[in-house]
Amino acid sequence: MHLAYPAVLAALLFCTGLYGVLARRNAILVLMSVELMLNAVNLNLVAFDVWLRDTLHSGQALTLFTIAIAAAEIGIGLAIVLMVYRNRGSSDIDRLRDTAEGPDPAGPAGDEASAMAQEAAQKTEAAA
Amino acid sequence: MSHLAAAAGQGFLSPTGVEIAFLLVGIATLGAAVVTVTTKQLVHAALWLVVALGGLAVEYLLLTAEFIAWVQVLIYVGSVVVLLLFGLMLTRAPIGRSPDADSGNRWAALTVAVAAAAALVWVVVDAFRTTWIDLDGPVQGSTKVSGEILFQHWVLPFEALSVLLLAALVGAIVLSRKSDSDSAKDKEQR
Repeated sequence: MHLAYPAVLAALLFCTGLYGVLARRNAILVLMSVELMLNAVNLNLVAFDVWLRDTLHSGQALTLFTIAIAAAEIGIGLAIVLMVYRNRGSSDIDRLRDTAEGPDPAGPAGDEASAMAQEAAQKTEAAA
Repeated sequence: MSHLAAAAGQGFLSPTGVEIAFLLVGIATLGAAVVTVTTKQLVHAALWLVVALGGLAVEYLLLTAEFIAWVQVLIYVGSVVVLLLFGLMLTRAPIGRSPDADSGNRWAALTVAVAAAAALVWVVVDAFRTTWIDLDGPVQGSTKVSGEILFQHWVLPFEALSVLLLAALVGAIVLSRKSDSDSAKDKEQR
């Protein structure tokens, strides 16, 4: 098999994941795109391992380790997303701007006020 | 040079059956991945991710790495996607179409992704134009081979990885546990 097939497929998958990470708003969709990028790297590792006929099979061992680390990453990432959702009532990453340095000093304060209002609205909703 | 000898009998214009299968499955995988990152329905994105990851498992099989293929099916398709679906459910993701699934910088993201894809594909094709993978010969990714290399040469990283997984487990429990003040507040509200 020509080596260019898996290499090109991995490059295209990686860039698809890159687009998803940059363009998606929901944090869980961002995590899905990260999984796509990790899988592209795994495909590269397997293809080059089979090509080089490594006696230690470093590529395949590293692929297994990457899969395990990705599983750990998705667990921790989802726990963080759920905690953010519980505290803020939203998992949209472009609304989490509390530590952003706004262009004007009134920007962060306004954001904070709207976040507080949102939180209060959510609390009344929960109480109702 | 065995690679040159292998290259002599092969060419772009006479693809083998494995290459054709790899190409077709690759197109399906890439299409599913593109739908995953562009669809407006959040649950559909997770289900298309299953197609993309399953297609990648088939690609591993075609590359003779069968143990990795089944690990991929077990861990990614079996548990990671289920975790993602649970996450979508617990954050009350809308079931239907959500018009604001993409943020405002999607055109900048598209530019960056297309530029990166063009650069990477150009470099990769230029670098590996005359290299062929020799898929014949002894199987390289069977369970026997993988087990032997994993427990002969990679034991220490393997054990370190189990410690990492334990730490991730504990961390996820600590993060997702409700603290005492939270549960007291909840009781008050009820």
